[in-house]
Amino acid sequence: MARSNEPAFWSLFSAGGMVAAFLFPAAIFITAYMVPAGKIEADNLRMVMSHPISRLLLVAMISLPLFHWAHRFRFVLVDLGIKGFKLPIAILFYGTAVGSTICAAYLLLV
Amino acid sequence: MDNDSSTPTAAGPVPAKQHIRKMPVNWWLKKPAYLRYMVREITCLFVGGYAMFLLMLAARLDKPEAFETLLASPLAIGLQWVALPFAIYHSVTWFNLTPKVLVIWRGEDKLPGFLIAGAHYAGWLAVSAGLVYFAMSGGTDG
Repeated sequence: MARSNEPAFWSLFSAGGMVAAFLFPAAIFITAYMVPAGKIEADNLRMVMSHPISRLLLVAMISLPLFHWAHRFRFVLVDLGIKGFKLPIAILFYGTAVGSTICAAYLLLV
Repeated sequence: MDNDSSTPTAAGPVPAKQHIRKMPVNWWLKKPAYLRYMVREITCLFVGGYAMFLLMLAARLDKPEAFETLLASPLAIGLQWVALPFAIYHSVTWFNLTPKVLVIWRGEDKLPGFLIAGAHYAGWLAVSAGLVYFAMSGGTDG
């Protein structure tokens, strides 16, 4: 059987799906409702998010869901009939996820 | 995932002799189940989009005014309100699939699927409450 990088990408897809499933609805509720409605002060949220534990959590919440997006959206394009350009699309999507991960790690951990 | 070589996947080229039936681009509109599948897959756009929004917030952690301005932006708020139902749909479909991925055996019996999915739903509730509590913990009175 040909070697494939599929398992590695699928693991990241799966991890990102888990992180997003558990955390994103509540996170959106916080940033889209609680802060604009004044239930949480923006500056207080900023301080909570600056905590070292939050920074680690944020890197995971940025990186893994983007790998989830990259993997799933590749197949959405195939489902919608875009069968060509597989390699450039994969490079573009996974590259976006890798680049954002580096960005997030640099911004939050360095 | 099956690795049957007759199944075309994104991983490799389709064998030359294989016949591929033409699919109309709007095939997913033909049945409610197909549409639900497509909506589930499309949730990834909103999941990825919100991750990017978190990255934008992360870039403003040391800039109080820019951080507050971004959170108050009507465009950002509007997009998040569009994203919220998709994010919830992602969670629901994701947890509903957990019994298929995570099979737990108790002796000779499989643990029933609703228990596995139910545990994830309970965890989702607890984690969500925890996250909101954590976000509020920076308040002046706490």
